[in-house]
Amino acid sequence: MTATQSEAIADRVLRHPFFVGIDPTLVHAMVAKAEERTYDVGEVMVREGRPAEEFFLVLEGKIALEIGAAEHPGITVETIEPGEILGWSWLVAPYRWRFDARAVKPTKVIALNAAAARYALAAHPAFGYEFLMKFLPVVAERLENTRVQLLDIHGH
Amino acid sequence: MVTDARAFGGHSHGTGVPAGHPYAPRPFVVRARTQETPDTVTLRMEPRIPGDRLSFKGGQFNMVYVFGVGESAISISGDPAHPEELVHTVRAVGKITNKLASLTPGAVVGIRGPYGQGWPLDSARGRDLVIVAGGLGLPPLRPTIYDIFRHRESFGRIEIVYGARTPKDLVFAEEVRTWLPKSDLRVQTTVDAAGRDWYGDVGVVTTRLPAARFDPANTTAFVCGPEIMMKLTAQALAERGVPSEAIWLSMERNMKCAFGFCGHCQYGPSFVCRDGPVLPYKTLAPLLAVKEV
Repeated sequence: MTATQSEAIADRVLRHPFFVGIDPTLVHAMVAKAEERTYDVGEVMVREGRPAEEFFLVLEGKIALEIGAAEHPGITVETIEPGEILGWSWLVAPYRWRFDARAVKPTKVIALNAAAARYALAAHPAFGYEFLMKFLPVVAERLENTRVQLLDIHGH
Repeated sequence: MVTDARAFGGHSHGTGVPAGHPYAPRPFVVRARTQETPDTVTLRMEPRIPGDRLSFKGGQFNMVYVFGVGESAISISGDPAHPEELVHTVRAVGKITNKLASLTPGAVVGIRGPYGQGWPLDSARGRDLVIVAGGLGLPPLRPTIYDIFRHRESFGRIEIVYGARTPKDLVFAEEVRTWLPKSDLRVQTTVDAAGRDWYGDVGVVTTRLPAARFDPANTTAFVCGPEIMMKLTAQALAERGVPSEAIWLSMERNMKCAFGFCGHCQYGPSFVCRDGPVLPYKTLAPLLAVKEV
C-alpha cells in the first residue's frame, strides 16, 4: 500500500463513527494492511472457528451474524449496519471467529488487519487504552442485547 | 345493578342479559378470517343489526363474547374511519381465544365496547412520533397508524419500529411493506432470529432505536407489546431524552367487567380497563420496576 493509499484509508477510518475521537496517531498505526472491500449479497465474510485475522468497519450494506450447526442451516442472531463495527474475536485469545458473517445487502467495509491493530495498541498504550474504552461498550451492548433476546421480549 | 329485564326492553340476543344493559353484548357476524401467523388470525366482522356500527378510537378494546365459552378483552385493529367494519386480531392462547381464532365466516359473536382510553394522538400533533410494536403489539396501534396516514401533515418525523420473534410471527407483514411508499415515514422491522431467507434486521426492537431519527424533547412515543418489551423500550426512549410523560404504553391485564368495577385489572392506582389500557410511562415507571405486579 502506498503512503497516499494509506492516508486515504486512515482518513476514512477516522471519519467512521466508531473512530470519532480516537487519536489519529493510533489510527495511522492501525491501518497498516487495511483495505476497502465489497461483498455481494450472500457472500460469507468470516467463518466460525477460523482465525480472526481481521475486523471490519461497516461503511454500507448489512451483515448477518449467523450461528450454525451441522444439522440445520445458519440462524441469524444479529445484523450489523453501516456505522457499526464487526468483530471482537481479534482482540480476545485464541483469536478465532465465534460466528459466521454474511452480507445480506451489497456491503462495503474497511478491513483492518488484526495483528497490525494489536501491535499498534500495544505500541501506543495510552491510545490503546482509549480505544479499548471505546470498544468495551460495543461488546457490553451486544452482550446486553443477547440477554434481552433471551427474554423473548417480542414473543409473549 | 338493574336486573329487571323489562327496563331494557327484554333480553338481549339470547344471552340472558337485558338489552341496553351495560353488560349486554351486541351481535356481530364474522365476514372474513385471515390467518396472520400460525397462531394468530384477523376477524373482520359487521353488525348483525344493520347500522349498529361501533365507532372507536385507536388503542381501545372490546369485550368479545364467544357464546357458551366466555368473554375476552381484545384490542380493535381496524380503521376508525370505517366503523361499519369491526376488526379484531386474535392470538390463540387460551380457551376463549382458541375458540375465537377458529371461527369462520357466518359465526356470530357478542361485542361489548369500545372501552378504555386509546392513544392520545392529539397530544402528538406538531411533534415527532415514534411508534414501537412488539409481537402482537401492532394490532392495537394499527388504527392509530391509519389516522396518522390521514393526517400526516399534522406530525413531524414518524418512525415505526416493529419486532417479532421470527419472520413468520410478523402480523400484517404484507401491509407493513406498503406503508413506506404510502406516507413520509420510516419503518424498521426486526426479528429475534431468522433463517437465510430473511434479508431484514435481526435484533430486539431496542437495537433499532439508535437508527431512528427524531428530536427527543419534541417527541411522543406510543409503545405496545409484551410488558418487558415496553419497559425496555420506554427506558431506552427516556435515556435518549424523550419526556416520560410523552411515552405512552398499552397495558394488558385481566379485564373482566371493563367498567372499572370488578377490580380484576387493577394495576397500582389504575384500573387498566377504565383508566387505560394506554397509560403514560411517567405513571407506570415505578410499577414496571416492581417484579410480579
